[in-house]
Amino acid sequence: MNGTINIGEISDVMRPASTASAADEKSILDHIHSWLVSVDHKKLGLMYIMYGLAFLVIAGLQATLMRIQLAAPNLHIISPQTFNRLFTMHGTTMVFFAGMPLIFGFANYLVPLMIGARDLAFPRLNAFGFWLSTFGGLLLYFSYIGGEGLSGAGSAPDVGWFAYAPLTAKAFSKGHSTDYWTLGIMVSGFGSIATATNIITTIFCMRCRGMTLGRMPLLAWLYLIVCAMVLIAVTPLTAAQIMLLLDRFAGSHFFDTQAGGSAVLWMHFFWIFGHPEVYILVIPAFAFASEIIPVFSRKAIFGYPIMVAATCAIAFVSLSVWAHHMFTVGMTSTGNTFFVVSTMMVGVPTGIKIFNWLGTMWGGKLRFSTPMLFAIAFLFQFLIAGLTGIMMACAPWDWQLNDSYFLIAHFHYVLVGAIVFMIFAAIYYWFPKATGRLLNERLGKWHFWLFVLGFHITFDTMFIPGLLGMPRRIYTYEADRGWATLNLICSMGAAFQITGISIWLFNVFRSLRKGKLAGNDPWDAWTLEWSTSSPPPEYNFAEIPTVKSRRPLWDIKHPTDPDWKYE
Amino acid sequence: MNKAEDIRFDSKASPRCGPFRIFGRTRVRNSTRSNLQGRGVSSSAPSDSHSDAMPAKIATHDFNIPPWMFWIALLCIVPQALWGAERVDSSLIPSTFAPESAPAHSISQLARFVLSITGMMFVLVAGLLTYAVVRYRRRANDDGMEFVQVYGSGPVEAAWTTVPFLIVVVLSLATARVIQEIQDARKPASALDVQIIGKQWWWEIRYPKLGIVTANELHVPVSQGGRRLPTFLDLRAADVVHSFWVPRLMGKIDLVPNKVNSMWIEPERPGLFLGQCGTYCGTQHAKMLLRVYADTPEEFERWVKQQKGLPENDPAVSAGRLVFERTACINCHAIGGSSATDRRFGRDLTHLMSRDTLASCALSNSPANLRAWIKSPDQFKPGVLMPAMNVSDSDLDQLVAYLTTLK
Amino acid sequence: MSSTATRTIDATTGTVALESDATWTPSKGVVGMTCLIIAESAIFIIFVVAYLFYIGKSLSGPTPRPILELPIVNTICLLSSSATITIAVRALRRGDTKRFSFWWLATIALGAYFLFGTGREWYRFIHDKGFTIQTNLFGTTFYSLVGLHASHVVVGLLALFVVMAFSFVGSVKKEHAERAHVLGLYWHFVDAVWVVVFTVVYIIGR
Repeated sequence: MNGTINIGEISDVMRPASTASAADEKSILDHIHSWLVSVDHKKLGLMYIMYGLAFLVIAGLQATLMRIQLAAPNLHIISPQTFNRLFTMHGTTMVFFAGMPLIFGFANYLVPLMIGARDLAFPRLNAFGFWLSTFGGLLLYFSYIGGEGLSGAGSAPDVGWFAYAPLTAKAFSKGHSTDYWTLGIMVSGFGSIATATNIITTIFCMRCRGMTLGRMPLLAWLYLIVCAMVLIAVTPLTAAQIMLLLDRFAGSHFFDTQAGGSAVLWMHFFWIFGHPEVYILVIPAFAFASEIIPVFSRKAIFGYPIMVAATCAIAFVSLSVWAHHMFTVGMTSTGNTFFVVSTMMVGVPTGIKIFNWLGTMWGGKLRFSTPMLFAIAFLFQFLIAGLTGIMMACAPWDWQLNDSYFLIAHFHYVLVGAIVFMIFAAIYYWFPKATGRLLNERLGKWHFWLFVLGFHITFDTMFIPGLLGMPRRIYTYEADRGWATLNLICSMGAAFQITGISIWLFNVFRSLRKGKLAGNDPWDAWTLEWSTSSPPPEYNFAEIPTVKSRRPLWDIKHPTDPDWKYE
Repeated sequence: MNKAEDIRFDSKASPRCGPFRIFGRTRVRNSTRSNLQGRGVSSSAPSDSHSDAMPAKIATHDFNIPPWMFWIALLCIVPQALWGAERVDSSLIPSTFAPESAPAHSISQLARFVLSITGMMFVLVAGLLTYAVVRYRRRANDDGMEFVQVYGSGPVEAAWTTVPFLIVVVLSLATARVIQEIQDARKPASALDVQIIGKQWWWEIRYPKLGIVTANELHVPVSQGGRRLPTFLDLRAADVVHSFWVPRLMGKIDLVPNKVNSMWIEPERPGLFLGQCGTYCGTQHAKMLLRVYADTPEEFERWVKQQKGLPENDPAVSAGRLVFERTACINCHAIGGSSATDRRFGRDLTHLMSRDTLASCALSNSPANLRAWIKSPDQFKPGVLMPAMNVSDSDLDQLVAYLTTLK
Repeated sequence: MSSTATRTIDATTGTVALESDATWTPSKGVVGMTCLIIAESAIFIIFVVAYLFYIGKSLSGPTPRPILELPIVNTICLLSSSATITIAVRALRRGDTKRFSFWWLATIALGAYFLFGTGREWYRFIHDKGFTIQTNLFGTTFYSLVGLHASHVVVGLLALFVVMAFSFVGSVKKEHAERAHVLGLYWHFVDAVWVVVFTVVYIIGR
């Protein structure tokens, strides 16, 4: 038999080692133990994802509390101190303990399967990175009780997720809340660097036979770029946090304005991290879209080389745009103009990608299963997110829009409208692979429509108070500014989103037990992970496959009309 | 042998879409394409049998929004209509699209330009996406054939790279012009100089050439009738980063410790403009509010004269003045004409009653509010840096009586 | 067209190499260490930027010129340790474990002397001149940058020491040459950073 795979043979060979009877014999403790000591990329990937989803829900509840407090002017439901902690923890949690674990979780799970490898390059480093990241999150949340109880001065951090100096100096942030913020993120940052190293090494060294870099699934390419960005973007934050800790504990003066230090220096260091970070969070969403949209359009991705090139361009240019977060800080007109130009430039490759997805759908046969619904919503929403970003790239207009509710609406369009939507799409798409059972389509559509509705009610409306002068991070607002009704509408959208997510959680737990069996390849897809069983055995593939094109399963399913004749 | 060609459906066969049938008849187009890099599709057995192998219940509904969901969405929009009923003086709404000052006008014009271009881009791309989603959806009687596979197209990709690039160049140029217009504006001789010092959580306002010190309420002359009287603001911070933002007059510029920033405003009608701090600066950031009063030249002269004057030492309230000078008040607050004339941590109270508001514009200025504030500032602004003074009630009465004479 | 795949496992690198159309893939250790070096370089760049930014901005306290002395001997020691580690790794690749042990030990000795020299310099500053990280902006940036580098030397020495311990009991063999090479890459990185730190602190900054 030749080196290609025949699906029928595979599913016979690949029957999961743990059949029903074998699983019953292991006790619950054994089960938990096997997960805790695992170095298997699939288990670690799932643990990352569950961890990220847990924090997504927690941070979502924090946001709900904030929206309740802001539903009307001058409410006293939540005290200012608590509110300030809520928005700090919401932002920090979502970026570092929901976003990063989720993207690393999917990378962990999918990259080896997609490139025909058995595991990541350094499995134990993988486990180390996971547990380090986990510990970071727990450290941050320990701050709620680490000080003097829930409302003491050493409670959760309240300095905003970007923790501007000198608000974080010991003089203005008493107690240890800022230290928990710093240490929690720093520790999980080390975990991120470890995982990024692992994924890069895996992609460079462990691709299966025939899979040149030009034949890798786009997801693998985009994750390669993301991990390279992690190496050079997360580390500036680590460096700045070391400086902050030295300031707070060793009495140094990096950001101590009383001794000649510079508050703006922290901003530069933070945003050199902060801007590439948002691309680190969004490029995996692009990766999921680039896998899901072709399958549900029944067409190969339009312009594979350009997609790779555009993402590389985004990665490079995103390192040069950071000070568009600092237009109001008082840079010279030359400085401001430079960052206007670079920020606008990064919009070009980003826009190209939307066109490529459109080109993929064009002329195809769209199937509106739940993953595709989320992906289509993602396209519209990411378009709006990008265009509002272009608006904010105009520095003079940014002098009005920065740090206002317009900005909040813009970045939630990116973070929720693009990233969270694609995470849901990815979950619906790959849940069958990971668990062997499909999520219920009907509940999935309920989840989708409620969530889309709630998202738009909240975030479409939210642009308007920003244009009417409402700044962010305020625990309440005056009644004479005309923001009250708009805020009420924003708050009402939260109810729909919560309902949608609850339905989804119900769907997950129900489908784990009673979902329809998925088989190897429920979506009729074309990448290697669908060639093995659902869930895959611990060794992934009985025989490492050989590939000849970008869509190895297409070649198998259409042996008279394979892709490699045309690519 | 290609089977999927040139099949037409009529509208009866299209699935029902309830109240949202907007797109009439639809057709499947030819499965062959000659002008793009693509190829036809083989109709060999494996693809058919493979689609049979799919679990039967993969849902492939068309784009249907259930009617009940539509009505709920509509009901949520009704409150928007209530917005009109919100009792607000619309001249006070700090809208960035209601500019009343030269730099704000520049920004607003640029904003409208950018909005129109991005709006057109949105309409175009969203329109294409909507079209694709509707036009290329899988039909209910789909034959399961794989469609024409198109891998890319050089000319198309070049076009949709070049056009956005050109748009971006145009936007950058427009933006650069406005940046220069605002940031590098020459300061005319008639300009008024004001220093703003941001503190947690109030604004200290100084007019260096006029010798005036006040707080939170900025008085500036209005530029009317061809006469330009802009105000140039020097922005400094005493503790953490703040941001001066009065949307109708100009965008926000930060007050950064150890750095001096500058901005200018030029209000063009007399009246009140509302603003507040635009960067998170601690617990009471939300209540670090601003009021800018654009005065006619006569009003401004009158105000300056009043601010320059020292308060008379009215013997009727000397008891209150003693309370002020002998308790801790004097450590933080300066009142010109009493023994407290140096710069202090707290705001200058020399002309306290000339201001409309207290507590960084969070309270209206009345004796009752003043009394309540001194008794317990934390009640109005939890976390504020002024401690409750624990003054006895009789002392408090005398103190308030004294303070209310400081016009 | 296809061919049978024969698998060979390369014991030194751990890669599974397949014949025929398998292209060369780099060694996992080298790629992984390169990633770590890139990440660490980014951290050092930030500290160097802070150093350069604050040159001349101290409000009070000592400036670099009067108190900094060029650490020539230290630098020579550290840079030659790069040479010695290269010799050691080459020896191990040939299978000459005795030579390897000797040159590896030389590397550790040179690195340890570097640390000793830095420590002596700091002692002089702190005890004799009262110049600490708290003194002024120069103190802040000097101690943090040089200290960050020194901490990386410490970590490197610990790793080298562990290998040394293994080689004393005879566990280090020819097939471990690749791993020693990877550790050598880290050590070269530490040396390269010193070149940058030396230039920035002792030449540009003065």
